[in-house]
Amino acid sequence: MIAKKIGSNIWKIFIFLMFSLYAFSILYPLAWMVISSLKTNSEFFTSPWGIPAAPQWKHYYEAVKFGVADYFFNSVFVTICTVIFSVLFSAMASYIVSRFDFKLKNAAFIFILGGLMISPEVTLVSLFKLLQSLHIYNTLWALIVPYTAFRIPFTTFLMRSYMLSIPKAMEESAYIDGCSTFKVFTRIILPVCKPIVASAALLSAMTAWNEFMFALVFIESNKYKTIPIGLTNLKGQYGTNYPRLMAALVVCASVMIILFLCFQKSFVRGLTAGSVKG
Amino acid sequence: MKVYRDKRIIILYLLPVLLLMGLFVYYPLIQSFFFSFYKWASFSPVKEWVGLYNYKLIFSDPVIWGILKNNFLYAFWSTIFQAGLGLVFAACLEEKFMRKSQPFFRTVLFTPSLIAMSVIALLWQFMYDPNIGMINEAIRAIGFPNFNEQWLGSSQMAIYCCIIVSQWQYIGYCMMLDLVGIQKIDGELFEAATIDGATRPQVFRYITFPLMKESLLVTTVVTILGSIKVFTEVYVMTVGGPGRSSEVLATAMYRAAFKNDEMGVACAYAIIIFIFTFICAAIQLKISRTGED
Repeated sequence: MIAKKIGSNIWKIFIFLMFSLYAFSILYPLAWMVISSLKTNSEFFTSPWGIPAAPQWKHYYEAVKFGVADYFFNSVFVTICTVIFSVLFSAMASYIVSRFDFKLKNAAFIFILGGLMISPEVTLVSLFKLLQSLHIYNTLWALIVPYTAFRIPFTTFLMRSYMLSIPKAMEESAYIDGCSTFKVFTRIILPVCKPIVASAALLSAMTAWNEFMFALVFIESNKYKTIPIGLTNLKGQYGTNYPRLMAALVVCASVMIILFLCFQKSFVRGLTAGSVKG
Repeated sequence: MKVYRDKRIIILYLLPVLLLMGLFVYYPLIQSFFFSFYKWASFSPVKEWVGLYNYKLIFSDPVIWGILKNNFLYAFWSTIFQAGLGLVFAACLEEKFMRKSQPFFRTVLFTPSLIAMSVIALLWQFMYDPNIGMINEAIRAIGFPNFNEQWLGSSQMAIYCCIIVSQWQYIGYCMMLDLVGIQKIDGELFEAATIDGATRPQVFRYITFPLMKESLLVTTVVTILGSIKVFTEVYVMTVGGPGRSSEVLATAMYRAAFKNDEMGVACAYAIIIFIFTFICAAIQLKISRTGED
């Protein structure tokens, strides 16, 4: 009995140590990224393990000034537009498929959900041609529109199941009082759906902020590039000024981490409702 | 109610979604399919019908077997680590003695999946660097002063380097999904088993695992899906190299389209990716029953 107890304690310690080790292997590269961004360039090469003698905060200033600022605002604009359009349009569609009655309702819903089975990679080449012929290639809309389109199926799926769980009584009495559909939708439905809107918005923000492939192909000129692509450019542009590059990486990574730490609950609700990996 | 049958409103509210999806999701998909039967270049209006020639071209080049092998390796290791180990990790974190530290480990392990893959790939490029990289430095420091593995520069290692980065990023993500699933299991089941004298591995084997089977299936399909369309880490870290040793389907498609200007071949690659991902996504939808109420 005692031997068994000691054995199980050894297991507990072992498991705890394994987790600590794994957590360390995740935190170490991230910490290294932050520490390296504060080193001078020669420190970066001569003492990769060391702590900087005097933290070089100017790398952040320089990284923002030479490059990151433009990329950052492009990313912010693309992300905000994608979030607004994908959530608004999906909410409108979800409202219809969760409440209204019409012949082609199932067909419309399957049409929307079917998008879940198409990965964006498959459409890369044809979208490239399509965006060119629509004359929005190499503008920020070349990212916003496809991102929105590809976010719709999942967002609609998420919102529809939430709306189905809301009782109709409140909106019906509003209709009887003579409210328009628009008013019911904006004043009753959207406010009640706030939690799922938050989850959907965060997930859309994450994909739009981090997306790489479309951003690589659909944008040609430097001034419209988003952060993930911009960073790979900076690598060449900064030459061997790696600490400055590290500062740029930190800026890009910290946005999503901060969002997650603030809205952890909404994030996890959205992720687990759908199990769709970006 | 009458208002729920108003055709004008139905059309008005559905229109943006149907238009966007029709034009930017379905139309390009169908186009990819047709374009894969033509030989065409990006900036030339001429399209020459070649039938299945593009597919023949892909499968007659021995490189394709390397590509499929890389995607397979990716899927294999991702399934073991993300779907398998993720579930084990989640079960461990739900153990009583880990409860206190659970929020910390949960957040730390999940963090990498929030960061853009291009940031992570750039960061790991430094980790793998043979001269100043952490990994070689660490191995030299523990007593192998002449150790000098090329990692990303070695045609045997390059694909495994990419696979490791992907595991580093996503184990915590799958763990988070499983964790929520385990928390939904009725706690009395665990208590009853413990009272009956079941050991912890037995509890996992006979309670957690069977009840989490469906969730495990979903994470498996999701990781395989991700492995078929993997692009960013390979593109940023190796560009498919050295040679074409770490090429995967998506980077091969990119190379065909935007380096070699063989748009038809690129579309054929796209359709190959589509067939694989469509099967996986259909299975996923069926398991998670998203199509029903």
